[in-house]
Amino acid sequence: MTQPKTIIEKIWENHIVHQEPGKPDLLYIDLHLIHEVTSPQAFEGLRMKGRKVRRPELTFATMDHNVPTKQRHIIKDEVSKKQMHTLKENCEEFGVPLADIDHPDQGIVHVIGPELGLTQPGKTIVCGDSHTSTHGAFGALAFGIGTSEVEHVLSTQTLGQAAPKTLEVKVNGKLGTGVTAKDLILAIIAKHGVRFGTGYVIEYTGEAVRNLSMEERMTVCNMSIEAGARAGLISPDDTTIEYLRGRRHVPDGEAFDEAADQWRALATDEGASYDATVEIDADEVEPQVTWGTNPSMCIPVSANVPDPASQEKDYEQDAVQRALDYMGLEANQPIDSVKVDYVFIGSCTNSRLSDLKKAADVIQGRKVDEKVTALVVPGSRTVKEQAEAEGLDVIFKTAGFEWREAGCSMCLAMNDDIVPPGERCASTSNRNFEGRQGNGARTHLVSPEMAAAAALEGHFVDVRKITDTAVNR
Amino acid sequence: MEPIRVHSGLVYPLNRSNVDTDQIIPKQFLKRIERQGFGQFLFYNWRFDEEGEKRDSFTMNDEKYNDASILVAGDNFGCGSSREHAPWAILDYGFQVVIAPSFADIFYNNCVKNGILPVKLTEDETQAIIKKAEQQMLNLTVDLEKQLVVDEEDFSFSFDISDYHKQMLLNGWDEIAVTLTNEDKITAYEERQQIIG
Ligand code: SF4
Repeated sequence: MTQPKTIIEKIWENHIVHQEPGKPDLLYIDLHLIHEVTSPQAFEGLRMKGRKVRRPELTFATMDHNVPTKQRHIIKDEVSKKQMHTLKENCEEFGVPLADIDHPDQGIVHVIGPELGLTQPGKTIVCGDSHTSTHGAFGALAFGIGTSEVEHVLSTQTLGQAAPKTLEVKVNGKLGTGVTAKDLILAIIAKHGVRFGTGYVIEYTGEAVRNLSMEERMTVCNMSIEAGARAGLISPDDTTIEYLRGRRHVPDGEAFDEAADQWRALATDEGASYDATVEIDADEVEPQVTWGTNPSMCIPVSANVPDPASQEKDYEQDAVQRALDYMGLEANQPIDSVKVDYVFIGSCTNSRLSDLKKAADVIQGRKVDEKVTALVVPGSRTVKEQAEAEGLDVIFKTAGFEWREAGCSMCLAMNDDIVPPGERCASTSNRNFEGRQGNGARTHLVSPEMAAAAALEGHFVDVRKITDTAVNR
Repeated sequence: MEPIRVHSGLVYPLNRSNVDTDQIIPKQFLKRIERQGFGQFLFYNWRFDEEGEKRDSFTMNDEKYNDASILVAGDNFGCGSSREHAPWAILDYGFQVVIAPSFADIFYNNCVKNGILPVKLTEDETQAIIKKAEQQMLNLTVDLEKQLVVDEEDFSFSFDISDYHKQMLLNGWDEIAVTLTNEDKITAYEERQQIIG
């Protein structure tokens, strides 16, 4: 019998173009996604050297980071406009397919890849964007790259990569009612820190992971990079296959059944071993709220903000104190006493249809606190249309949310959607770094349900309290 | 890319862990379509206040560090976004070497591809450099060939780097040109996998 292998090893071996001792393996790249921010210098590099795009048909571009979400066509910032225009010109010049601002497929690159069926099990997928790990939910090896690497892939359709170490993150048991995939990944990072995945590719396994829907799996894999891992994936199963059936870029009929058999065979073999394993009990996870300036600075909603004095080393005390100062919080303050000014539901972590549905369930028939500015930014134009077909836009607008066009928006505030200095935002995105949502802005990462609950109450609150009363009403 | 072999220069100590690329270069400066000119935006929100005035509290603004070319920081340096604008800003500002106990993977790669030497030392070694540099102006010599970080009086620390990364930095390779020497193998792979254009 052959040695049992992990899915990571199988995909790797299937993509080796060339190996030489002392050098990284040269890997073939099946899908290269592109957006406007990290690609212009790469195309310029090609032009300067007279190189072309080797496989334009394996490349797919969209506009997401800069796009306005109030009115698509009104781009106030000239530099943003130029960057988007440059992408369009580059795609035309090099023959790369593009879903531009006017295209019905436009959206956040990590939302539309899966939606269109471009993302498939067993593929190697790269993008000049660290949240490319999202696509790992399908059992693809997907990771973010820098602009020099973008140029390398454009020109050669390959990438030199040292074989990664493998890390199993095993999630035992079941998530409780009202506890989401977002809470799970935040709890994992809170427990193990922002760099436990550095140098590894993560595979998420265990009962709780098997029970997640595809959209929930994407939320988990999306944040692998916040644990330091360039890629995080989940072995394909029936959930994966059913999600893919009928999508535009997926084969159909008999060819689909054949593909599905191959996808199933990619799953990690019984008895395969990893370089490291960590475990967590899903039953213990509560709804989470980040209090600080990186995603591991995170506590259950029932807990208090930490005290710097409880840290061992002086530079750790400094780090906690600096985070508290930046966030405008006191040591030992209960997190559910903290008031919010903004609520943002969106980003490649939590802007898919099921995310919006779950948030809508919480707010249905209720009103956003009058001091809170709340917005929903669907991940793609397709998500927006589907949500509107189900009447979610009406639920959000009636409650007092703004209903926007698709894009990255307030996740990184490169367009006009900015949290002002000193203001506090409950956000369903993935990074609470200083200034991420605007210079001086204070970000707390939460699930869509928790964001919706905070919008209603004007402060953080355990969403299970609200949905319980909703049931009793 | 400029080759780098031995670099001697002044240290700027930044005793913070988990310095993310949003801090190294905030998003408002990612809209340019060139590679040059990002140095002025390095650590922008730490260096400048809301009015664009220099913050005295951030030590990098101290003129004595104007010529610093070796940045020494805490662990997990360069975490977060994959933006290559971060190493572009570091290089354009004048840093040739970054020393830390650990780096985020994507950032580390991005450094090597731009001719910045990322040096991994232990936590204790890094802290020793930071503490000394906080007390006095400190010059270090970083020798890539010998894989050593040397101070004239106190210490000599060795560091690991993969042979491939070392060769890339020593020679200032154009990696695409190197890969294209194997173009026949790429074509053979595509034929095997029936990826036909
Ligand atoms: S939504 Fe946010 S994290 Fe995701 S790709 Fe856009 S900017 Fe990056």
